[in-house]
Formats: sequence, C-alpha cells, structure tokens
Amino acid sequence: MQAVSLGFYLAYRQLKRSSKWTTTLIVFVMTLTFLNLVVISGILVGLIQGASDAVKSQYMGDLFISTLNDKKYIENTPAVVETIQNLPWTEALSTRYNGSITLEANYKNKVKPTDKGDSVSTVVTGIDPQDEDAVTNLGSMIIEGEYLNPDDYDKILVGSLLLRRYFDFDSAGFSTLKNAEVGDRVRVTIGSTQREVTIKGIIKTKTDEVSRKVFFVDSQLRGLIGREDNNGTEIAVTLKPGTDPKIAKEALAKAGITELAKVQTFEDAEPKFVKDLKNTFSLLGNIIGSIGLAVASITIFIVIFINAITRRKFIGILKGIGIRSNVIEYAYVIQSIFYAAIGTIIGMLIVFFILKPFFVAHPINFPFSDGILVATPLGTTIRAGLLFLATLIAGYIPAKIVVRQNTLDAILGR
Amino acid sequence: MSEYIIKADKIVKKYKSGDGELVVLKELDLYVRPGEFLAITGRSGSGKSTLLYQLGLLDHPNSGDIVIDGVDTHELTTNERTDFRLKELGYVFQDYALLPELNSLENVALPLLMQGLSKRDAEAGAVVALNKVGLGDKLYNLPSQLSGGQQQRVSIARAIGHKPKIIFADEPTANLDSETSDTVIKSFLELHGEGQTIVMVSHEPEYARLADRVLTLSDGKITGDITNKHNHKK
Repeated sequence: MQAVSLGFYLAYRQLKRSSKWTTTLIVFVMTLTFLNLVVISGILVGLIQGASDAVKSQYMGDLFISTLNDKKYIENTPAVVETIQNLPWTEALSTRYNGSITLEANYKNKVKPTDKGDSVSTVVTGIDPQDEDAVTNLGSMIIEGEYLNPDDYDKILVGSLLLRRYFDFDSAGFSTLKNAEVGDRVRVTIGSTQREVTIKGIIKTKTDEVSRKVFFVDSQLRGLIGREDNNGTEIAVTLKPGTDPKIAKEALAKAGITELAKVQTFEDAEPKFVKDLKNTFSLLGNIIGSIGLAVASITIFIVIFINAITRRKFIGILKGIGIRSNVIEYAYVIQSIFYAAIGTIIGMLIVFFILKPFFVAHPINFPFSDGILVATPLGTTIRAGLLFLATLIAGYIPAKIVVRQNTLDAILGR
Repeated sequence: MSEYIIKADKIVKKYKSGDGELVVLKELDLYVRPGEFLAITGRSGSGKSTLLYQLGLLDHPNSGDIVIDGVDTHELTTNERTDFRLKELGYVFQDYALLPELNSLENVALPLLMQGLSKRDAEAGAVVALNKVGLGDKLYNLPSQLSGGQQQRVSIARAIGHKPKIIFADEPTANLDSETSDTVIKSFLELHGEGQTIVMVSHEPEYARLADRVLTLSDGKITGDITNKHNHKK
C-alpha cells in the first residue's frame, strides 16, 4: 500500500509539472481511441437498429396481430379490436385490410387490350387514415400530394418503390410505373373488379413493405375485396411508453385472442434475417472494437515507453537513492490510468451528451434505415472497463522494461 | 562498533571492451573508519568513480567482498540492496541528479517517504536537512529555478535527510565555479564535523586535501594513501 501511495505521489507530480500540451495531446489521443472503440461499432449496429426501428414505427408497432396460418383474415376482428382497446396499455391501433392489386397507368394508350402496358402488381391495404396515422404517422411520409381523408373515395396513396422515378429498377418479377404522377387517373384491378382512381399522394418510407404498397380508405377497399364483415388482415398496436409488450401479449392470450389471431410482439414478428443482420453487425462491431482496443493498448504502450525511456536517467536515480522498482512501476501505471480515465470520461461525455442526441436529431440517411448511434450505458461501461484493463497492462509493461535496466547504466546514460 | 565501516577486499571490476576486457579495478583493498572523510583522487580513467559505485552498491564487482557496517553486501538480494542504499547510504552526484518535477522539499523528502515516514514527518525532516545546507528559503523551488550550487546543496540535503551511515559523493564540485564549490565543500566539512562518514571522489587536489585521508588511484590500483592528521576530527 505504501508503494502505491508513493507511486501516486510521483505520478501526480510528474503529471502536474509535465507539459500541458503533451498531456492534452495524449488525452486527446485516448479520447479518439475511446470514440473509435464505441462510435464506429455503435454506428454499425445502429445502421441495422435504425432499420429495425423503422419497421417497428412505420409498420408493425409494439404488438402485431395477424391472421392465423390457416386463415385469410382475423375472425371476429371487431371483438379483437375492442379487447385491445380495453387494455390499459393501448395507445393506438390500426386495423388493416390487405389484398392484391394491379395498378395500371396510361392504360388508354395501350395498343392492344391484352398488352401489359405500364402496370404493376402489388399489395393493397385498406386503412382508417386517422387510426393508421396515429400508429405509424403515415401522413408524415407523404412526399408528393396529400394524405387520405376518411371520406375519400376512389383515391389512393402509392408507395414510392412502385414508381420508376423513385426506384429505377425493372425486372420480369418486379416492375414499376413509368409515368404516374399525383392527380393522374389510374386503373386498378382487385380480383374481378376494375376501377379508375386518382393518385392522391405518394409515400416514401424506410420500410420496403410500406413503400411497395397501395393504400385505400378501408371502407372502400372492404367493398372491393368483399370484406363487409369488417374482418381485417392485420392490426398494428402501439402501447403507452414504458409498457412491456410481453405483458400486453399475455393479457391478450388470456382474453382468448390467440384463438382468433396470431399475437406477436415486435421482437417476435421481426423477420429472422433482420435478427441475423443485427447479430452480424454486432459481431462486426466487436471485431472493429477489438482492433480499436489493440490500437489503444499500443498507443498507451508507446506513450508510456517513450515517457519512461526519456526519463531513464531519473528512473536510475530513483533506484539509486533507494526507491524500489515497484514504486516506479506504479507511478507509470497510475499515469497511464490517468490518461485512460480522462480520455474515457471525455469520450463518454461526447458519446452520451453530444453524439447520441445529435444522431437522434439527425439520423444518418441510409437507403433502408435512419442510422442512429447505439451505445448503451452497460455496453459502453464494459468497453471502458476493457480499455482500462488494456491500459493497465500497456502501461505496466514498458515501465517494467525500463525499470529492469541496470541502475548505474541508467544514471550514467550508457 | 567495528573498527571499519567499509571493508573492501580484492575488488575486481572488468568491462567488456571490443573483443577483450578492460580491468578497471585490480584486486583493490580499501578500509574506511567510521566518521572518516575519505577523498579518492586520480587521473581520468583511473577507476575512482568505478570504485565509488562498487562501494556505494550502485554496481556489482566481478569479484571481491564489500562489507559495510558489518553487512556482507554480496549476500544481499536486489531489493535488500535497494533498501540498504535507502537506509544506510546517501549519494551526491556530479550532475546533482535531482528529479526535475519535484521541488527541493519533495526531492529531499522522497527517501524519507520511502522509509515509511508520514508526509508531515518526511517534510519536517527535509526542512531540517535543507536548512542545514542553507536552503531553507528555497523549499518550493523546482531544480530548474535553482543555480548549480543550490541544486548540488539540495542533492546534499537529500543525501543526509535520512541520516545515512555513509555519504558517497562523485565529483560534487565538477560542474561548479570555485566560489560555489567552496560552499559545497564547506557543507561536507560541516557534516564531517558532526561525525558523518564521507567518501568523496574528486580530481581537484585543493578539495581532496581537506579530507582526513586521500587515496590516489592509478590504473585500477591504490598508488597513494595519505592521512592528513591535522584534519582529523577530535
């Protein structure tokens, strides 16, 4: 204990009276190293997390109720909706009615009626515009035209991925409309029914499932697909903030809803490939983090080694006047801990008070995701702990190497 | 008390030099009495500093025995040698060898702290030592804020702060002007007057002859051993 105390005595004075610029530079390097450790992997994970969050907020909600595997729709949907609404945690829900649709633009210009023309086949969804907006904020995703009103008739919203000018891709299996604008009349075919409708708005989201859809007001679509019984295809539910979706799911199961529909939390319903991607990017983040940790260790090693080598003579003097080697080693380890601690603290402040809020306010605009910075307090603390451990070792080794040298050679500088 | 505080028998020190060996100390015998002020002189390369490093346990002779205050230093482990230097020996180096980031008080207090004294007691001991060398008003000055003579006196204060049995001084006036050198030598003479054993290497005859005894080294052997009886402390 006396050795540590005396090591601290020496380290404190060395730090206090060393060049302020040198200390600032070393701390700056440590801060960058810490940020490299946390931010790069955090953005990688955040890229996929952003995509996952987008699916949750723009499509599935906290709870996703869908048809049983052997059914085409959720039986007794009004009763299911009423049960969900009666849950104390429910904030909003939207019942959707899905079907298949073929959308045809410029159909009057076709040479032969049997020609394919400028058409696309996709999923059509009937929504209550207000309910859907409450759950997914769909109205805010309009990039051209206007959102639907509950009393709109023969008006549709078209996903941007169905339009060539937003998605320049065409194949035998997936086509896009070449020439369709807001206000254009297009012909829709749903089952055996054909109608002319007006494109009221175009939506663009980070979720492909949504951006490839056509939206009708539910009351009209139900008539077109023959669902006058109000039985929907899916229900997206948002819960009050802080609610554990599993509790709501269990409550619905107890109420017998699972007999009528599949009840899943967002985590349950999340596609497997998204989970795999999350794990893959997390692994990539850890690999990059490990490289960052190695870089940090080498940085500290070099800093302490240069510091010790340039002070070799004084280390010799300390040994010469009777200061034990371990005291001198502690002094250097404590200095390296100081550099790591200050660098880590500044790095943490930057992560949690500058970068995270910044990326929440200004996500990185990836094509399929609003990239955020994922840095949990626990994960960041673990990385800080690892950096600390690496620093301890990287500070100790060079000090040990220099301290082991012959005392007289060190004093005489030979 | 033993008759001799230092007994060195047949000390040999060799260094590698190219393909061969350079023998710096050749089976050298030396005995120092407690309270004696011994000056070691000789030409450059005669082995006087090398002898001081062997006696001061800063280096290991290739052969021979060194007994200090009854302790056979050959038997000591590395840590025991370090502790022995800390408790029993004091050093004054030619270039002062002060730690640049410690002020005068801290430089002198450091060996006392290592001995386990509290910070207050160590600093009190350091103040006494610094007052003794006339630097009571320079306690908080860093070495860079002191003149060469003042730095050497801090070095002496550090050497005496823990009341060692022997002080080893390696050319303590080599880097100083004559006036400052006189002040430093005066400090040694005062310490010697209080009964302190001192072994000093010097190539300046005017300072060497102030010691009780002057050893002259040449080519790794003692070629002269003069006792200045008039200098002997009563």
